[in-house]
Amino acid sequence: MMRWNSGKLTGLALAAVAATAAVALAVPSAMAQRDPAYAAARAAGQVGEQPDGYLGFATAPTPAIRALVQDINIKRKAAYTERAQATGSTVEQFAFTSGCNLIASTKPGEKYLTPGGAWKTRDASPPERDARCP
Amino acid sequence: MTITKTGARRLAVKARCLVVMIAIPALTGCVQIDTPDKPIEINLNINIRQEVVYRLDGDAKKLIEQNSEIF
Repeated sequence: MMRWNSGKLTGLALAAVAATAAVALAVPSAMAQRDPAYAAARAAGQVGEQPDGYLGFATAPTPAIRALVQDINIKRKAAYTERAQATGSTVEQFAFTSGCNLIASTKPGEKYLTPGGAWKTRDASPPERDARCP
Repeated sequence: MTITKTGARRLAVKARCLVVMIAIPALTGCVQIDTPDKPIEINLNINIRQEVVYRLDGDAKKLIEQNSEIF
């Protein structure tokens, strides 16, 4: 009985190691490009960057776009949370700082949310950002 | 169980009272609220100070660079 249990535990541990290895392997590929559907939604101005560091809907989203944005925002929040802990800041502070950068790096034609709460299309001029943005 | 004439009258009065009680607030308390045409603004001013944003800026840039698929 005990042997079976320890065998099972070893199996679980091995599975955990394998899962970790899979994540480690997935990281370099995660450095790759944006999902094509996300890239298209961005280019079409359906989704845009918000000052809070998350994606928002500039126009009413299709269920597919909604799901895509929710998925990305969950991943962003996880990344912000990890970095906030490492830098001794709050998730909101780190997310906001990222939002400053993300709005600054929008390409002409892409949408962003102004501090006043209006969706704007980025053009050649600098975007309207919060006064606290560097 | 049967309802007597006076019982029926009392019931009718009660019903009328109820209608009046419902109708009066419905008529006088009609406040129309329009939905805002602008999106709801989220106040981000709490707990985010400029000095903190400046301190975190380098780390934020690095995070975005290293996780380009979600940004």
